[in-house]
Amino acid sequence: MTTTRRNILAAGLGGAMAALLPLQSVGAQTTGVQAAPARRTIPSSGDTIAAVGLGTWITFNVGDDPVLRDECMEVMAAFFAAGGQMIDSSPMYGSAQAVVGDGLTRLGRPEALFSADKVWISDGDAGPAQIEQSRQLWGVPAFDLVQVHNLLAWREHLATLGDMKADGRLRYLGITTSEGRRHDLFEDVMRRQPLDFVQLSYTIVDREAEERLLPMAMDRGIAVIVNRPFRQGALTRQLEGEPLPGWAAEIGATTWAQAILKFILSHPAVTTVIPATTRVDHVRENLAASTGPMPDAALRARMAADVAAL
Amino acid sequence: MSEWWTYRPEDFLLFSPRVYWRLFELHNAALWPGQFAAVALLAVLVWLAAARPAGHARLITAALALAWAFTGWAFVWSRTATINWAAEYLAPLFAIEALLLALVAVLGGLRGRRSGIATVAGWLLVALAAAQPLLAPVSGRGWAAAEIFAIAPDPTAIATLGLLLTLRGPMVWALVPIPLLWCALSALTLWTMGEPAAAALPLAACLVTLAALLAVAVQTRAGAPVPRS
Repeated sequence: MTTTRRNILAAGLGGAMAALLPLQSVGAQTTGVQAAPARRTIPSSGDTIAAVGLGTWITFNVGDDPVLRDECMEVMAAFFAAGGQMIDSSPMYGSAQAVVGDGLTRLGRPEALFSADKVWISDGDAGPAQIEQSRQLWGVPAFDLVQVHNLLAWREHLATLGDMKADGRLRYLGITTSEGRRHDLFEDVMRRQPLDFVQLSYTIVDREAEERLLPMAMDRGIAVIVNRPFRQGALTRQLEGEPLPGWAAEIGATTWAQAILKFILSHPAVTTVIPATTRVDHVRENLAASTGPMPDAALRARMAADVAAL
Repeated sequence: MSEWWTYRPEDFLLFSPRVYWRLFELHNAALWPGQFAAVALLAVLVWLAAARPAGHARLITAALALAWAFTGWAFVWSRTATINWAAEYLAPLFAIEALLLALVAVLGGLRGRRSGIATVAGWLLVALAAAQPLLAPVSGRGWAAAEIFAIAPDPTAIATLGLLLTLRGPMVWALVPIPLLWCALSALTLWTMGEPAAAALPLAACLVTLAALLAVAVQTRAGAPVPRS
């Protein structure tokens, strides 16, 4: 990414906001007790939500396998126990919705759940039926958030979601993209449509969203969900074996994954990041990343440069 | 799909390698000890193709029809579809192939091929299909995840291509495309999953079959005597 005045401003604002973020976990981490994750405000409602959620892309698509379903449930149990709230899925993710629903049932339907799903069908008229099918798979009375997946038939689906929200059948609506696709259209929809959430890809090495989408989300009061923070694990695998730089200790990051999440969460536009995992220890590690000190603008720049150089 | 050029094969991979290989473990456990019958069936087909008794081509295609019908329903439709919605579109291909094979079994029209490049290629592919169950323990997945002819789709497709290459007749050309397509899709899936060793088998089946068919076509066009039984 080229360095622009907007980038510098965005990074600077990120650092300033990071300084205001709660430092509630420092003491708790040193005593071995995991602190509650940091909370972020949803601009359109003023409600707050845990800053780290749980993605289900690939990881929760385990079909009917009883062993792997048990593992997914354990991941969800650890997620809720550590203060997590948002679980995000999609009809595109194979059996993930059903696996989430199964886990929620077995966990006694945790009240903390913030259910985020998507509508993903090219026929706009078929949207309501797909959303209802998804709701049944989750086993929830209503979704907190439904997003138009990858802008597929976005006009029709946003109209449907707007009606659902007006009727009180939905709390929030939004749109998604991944890995930098269709940012021009995405920006246009953000500018013209009343959105509560946008979901996009943003990592320490994929920072295109900083240029227009994240500033616009702040301008328009739209909450931001960041997907694929580790590039589907490729980024953490790439960094595996590399020693953590000295700055990691300054922000309380004990792993590369935590450092990457802290980089993302220190951008002021970001509301929630939703890493996907199959491991309980990673869930705890991810949620802990939202606590403790966050990098300021200067450190963010160093972090990005150091990772790019590896 | 807009901006299709920005998508990579891994963007369409909905499941992890572990989940994929667990499908075979669960499938084998559900069908145990049917694996012995499946191995015996392949042995009988090998004998039929080698000994070429009267009606052997009809028996081979009839047995392959059953293998495709069962694999398509039991594995692709009932098991793979739980993790891959695309399986709903692939399972009908197995039904079509089973119908085509059954049709050829009833109508006849195929005969044994005694020698030539296609026959050698055919036996090579049959040997690969027979050996495929060994890949699971060799790769550290254990016997429980073994892929076996008439139970798992890859060895079924590879063995079908091999056995068809030991036969001759115009209908061979109609029976080959679906197994070829499956092998190509399977190789692409396994490669994208980061399993190059597993991808090598279906990829080799595609290449060997295409090369053998090309050789047969060239021989036929050139008027050279195509080996007959």
